[in-house]
Amino acid sequence: MKENLINYTLHLADNALILGHRNSEWCGHGPVLEQDIAITNISLDLIGQARYFYQYAAQLKADGSTEDSLAYLRDNREFKNCLLVEQPNGDWAKTILRQFLFSAYQFFLYEELRSCKDKQLAAIAEKSLKEVNYHLRWSSEWVVRLGDGTAESRKRLMNAIDELWMYLGELFQPAVYETELLKEGKAADLSKINPKWEQKVKEVLEEATLPVPEAVFQQTGGKDGRHTEYLGYILAEMQFLQRAYPGCEW
Amino acid sequence: MNATQQNIKISAEEKEIWKALEQITDPEIPVLSITDLGIVRNVKISDGEVEIIITPTYSGCPAMDVISMNIRMMLFSLGIRNFKISQQLAPAWTTDWMSEEGKKKLKEYGIAPPNAKQQVCNEKLFIQDEAVQCPHCESYHTHRVSEFGSTACKALYVCDDCKEPFDYFKCH
Repeated sequence: MKENLINYTLHLADNALILGHRNSEWCGHGPVLEQDIAITNISLDLIGQARYFYQYAAQLKADGSTEDSLAYLRDNREFKNCLLVEQPNGDWAKTILRQFLFSAYQFFLYEELRSCKDKQLAAIAEKSLKEVNYHLRWSSEWVVRLGDGTAESRKRLMNAIDELWMYLGELFQPAVYETELLKEGKAADLSKINPKWEQKVKEVLEEATLPVPEAVFQQTGGKDGRHTEYLGYILAEMQFLQRAYPGCEW
Repeated sequence: MNATQQNIKISAEEKEIWKALEQITDPEIPVLSITDLGIVRNVKISDGEVEIIITPTYSGCPAMDVISMNIRMMLFSLGIRNFKISQQLAPAWTTDWMSEEGKKKLKEYGIAPPNAKQQVCNEKLFIQDEAVQCPHCESYHTHRVSEFGSTACKALYVCDDCKEPFDYFKCH
């Protein structure tokens, strides 16, 4: 069904756009110049990937939607991103941990997706995987630096783990459109990604001398449009201009 | 390899377009033309319609929109009105497609050209940096300051011999 493919493409787009937008909030506020540049470069990559997915979704919808209308004119409940990516930046440790956990997920997801039966999704995954490789390595190194760094940096990373861990279970729970699409061979198989992701996270946390957290209660809903309170604020800021001045260009 | 090399027979009009495309430069690295970069994948003419197929370099590179607009302007200046510019993602662009001429121009401009592809994209942590040659004094005694630089395609390096900082066009 085409509806499943559209929803899945939007889910992938929303993940990239919302995390890209979150990271962009660091622009001009990074702890040092080089890392400010790094996190905003990662933003650019993610927003670029989101554009490919939105362009494809618009083409599939064929109802006059454009990449811009999909990003700027959909409401809270229509966004299908995971809860993890909409969480506030917090301090540098929280931003780094969020990036690491998500990049590891995106890395294995794109790796699977590039051999899926939908040619355009496969092409976007192949293209984006090269970029995610850099994101994953950069964020992993920072997790190690902070975790195995000073007492203060370690404490902050431990706090970040406490705050973010409840949003991870959702990553591997397929929404209905994912399960349906997987039957056609057009989605990434989350059950294949899960063990690889766990292994990677374990390796990096161990290198950072951090304990791997025990199972905690997991929040869900993002993939189906049920979000934490934070998404609304992101959209209010991101969509204001297009809502107030429809069709505005610069 | 680009289409000029692939197709032995190309029409005079296609040749003219390819030649004009060679004049369009990357807005962020003005010494490189878009054909040096390997961005233009093909030029097709059928039923009087010209199709230019381009591939993006880095997903988030803002230069792509400007490049697309410059191609449009170029076609207008050749008197071509019936055309479309399409984007093709697969196969994914790689720095291996940059021409030797392009790499030479980059170096002269002060940006270290990309190394061969197999040396990068290793996901292992804290790996030894690949040896990047300083574009100023040609020393390999250099180190990386940051993996991300002023644009999506560059990393920041410093030469340990001549002490000059420089940009490295990273492998992709």
